[in-house]
Amino acid sequence: MKNWPYTLFRFYVDGFKNMKLGKTLWLIIGIKLFIMFFILKLFFFPDILNTKFKTEAQKADFVGKQLIDRK
Amino acid sequence: MESLDYSLVDWSRAQFALTAMYHWIFVPLTLGLGVIVSIMETIYYKTGNEEWKKITKFWMTLFGVNFAIGVATGIIMEFQFGTNWSNYSWFVGDIFGAPLAIEGVMAFFMESTFIAVMFFGWNKVGKGFHLASTWLTVIGATISALWILVANAWMQFPVGMTFNPDTVRNEMTDFWAVLFSPVAMNKFSHTVTSSWILGAAFVVGVSSWYLLKKREVSLAKKSIKIAAIFGFVGSILAAYTGDGSAYEVAQHQPMKLAAMESMFTGQKNAPLVIFGVLNPQKKAYDDGVEPYLYKVEVPSVLSYLANKDFNSFVPGINDLMMGGFPTKDTYGKEIMALSVKEKMASGKIAVQALSDYKKAKAEKNDSLAAVSKSLMEDNYANFGYGFIKDEKQVMPNVPMTCYSFHAMVVVGIFFIFFFLYLILASSKGWIENQKWILRLGILGTVMAYVGSQAGWIVAEVGRQPWVIQDIMPSYAAVSSIEVGAVQTTFFLFAILFTVLLVAEVGIMIRQIKKGAEH
Repeated sequence: MKNWPYTLFRFYVDGFKNMKLGKTLWLIIGIKLFIMFFILKLFFFPDILNTKFKTEAQKADFVGKQLIDRK
Repeated sequence: MESLDYSLVDWSRAQFALTAMYHWIFVPLTLGLGVIVSIMETIYYKTGNEEWKKITKFWMTLFGVNFAIGVATGIIMEFQFGTNWSNYSWFVGDIFGAPLAIEGVMAFFMESTFIAVMFFGWNKVGKGFHLASTWLTVIGATISALWILVANAWMQFPVGMTFNPDTVRNEMTDFWAVLFSPVAMNKFSHTVTSSWILGAAFVVGVSSWYLLKKREVSLAKKSIKIAAIFGFVGSILAAYTGDGSAYEVAQHQPMKLAAMESMFTGQKNAPLVIFGVLNPQKKAYDDGVEPYLYKVEVPSVLSYLANKDFNSFVPGINDLMMGGFPTKDTYGKEIMALSVKEKMASGKIAVQALSDYKKAKAEKNDSLAAVSKSLMEDNYANFGYGFIKDEKQVMPNVPMTCYSFHAMVVVGIFFIFFFLYLILASSKGWIENQKWILRLGILGTVMAYVGSQAGWIVAEVGRQPWVIQDIMPSYAAVSSIEVGAVQTTFFLFAILFTVLLVAEVGIMIRQIKKGAEH
């Protein structure tokens, strides 16, 4: 087991190489994650509070005001 | 004063519901089929019979397809928290964040490590290590579900926190109260055991198709035997934990229970409706219209489900609106129930006190700040009612909640008898020749999905308008953004998830048609 990092590396490499259906599934996972993180998250789902404010106190004030205004 | 467009709330809710329901197509199959695959591999490990290895690998492939298509679909809901529900995300603070963070780390390390051994490790690691990896993958997925359900349960029954008016956040004061809240424990056990039913129904459905086609006969018969036993155990446990969930709903969300039964007038010895047709003319709680056109009831059973006492009083929607009946507070103390109008008055005091506290702090008036804080704390249990404009808003969609609840119960009862019959038919060797039960087996897969989705509709539609029970309604939780932006992303998600679902079903069908030899 002294060369375990290499054994582990080969385990994954051989596993990925010998995949059949797995290659299609990984392609789907890759496309899905790309759409989710590089299209949806980037262009459609900004974190409203992090985008508008820098400090925690500013965020707290904003949310507090929002709640008070909606009563 | 800000006036928010209610269509923004509706579209934000619709978008969250869409993503949650699509996500929930994949999750229960992972949880249920994962255990069945683990049991099958355990049999292979114990017997050394190569046929069980073949059976295990076949179902493991279908597990892998579902896992791959479904993985990370839940992250989209986290995107929505930051964009569509930013007030809520801030307001819940670390209470919601902590379980989700633990889930993220656990899911990543446990599932990604052991699932690799599960799929790549055949003939490369020892049989025992491979078996352990298979079990640990499904245990990891189940523990992931625990943290998500703990976060959800906290929204239904908020405990273990204190509201800090300076940070405008609910801060966790007791992690164990959040984790071990009775609502969380029941929700977790009921969700997991009902997912076992779905996994078993899926295995029975695919195996039934094989038997009807006279293909993979041995695999199908052996698989049905395992799935029927596992499904039967799951059905009994789901019924037991469902009873526990109903009790918790009665204690902490009585409006949801009343909506589940479409019960407008409360009573002692309250009956449980086992079949009924709702009256579409019933529009409001106080319109005097009978809620049912027709119903069949079992006397006193709802009283027992709600309070473990056949003679106990179960409040209806009208009682909850008008108050004035004996009940217990969060600490179990006997009190007279407040009307919704009284709660709204209390809630408005709490929100105004928060406003006064903020002003007093800004003006460095410590004595006024202390008085305002104390007033807010005294009324905090009704904080969310401060945002309610019309008392009728606290009544959820009764027909949707009621029909979903009864659909879930019917599906649950069906599976108890269905799996029991399958156990008998498998042991007697009848199963191959009874085409009706095989056709029912295929239909059962669809029924399991309907029941599983219906359960979540009960849980989530039934608790409206609350995002956090009594503390925050969806109206206060939603971000002030353009309705058009939410509509655009709603349709983007609808397209993305539909494509994923079509891909899953297509690949699954292709793999099933190939059979175990490939």
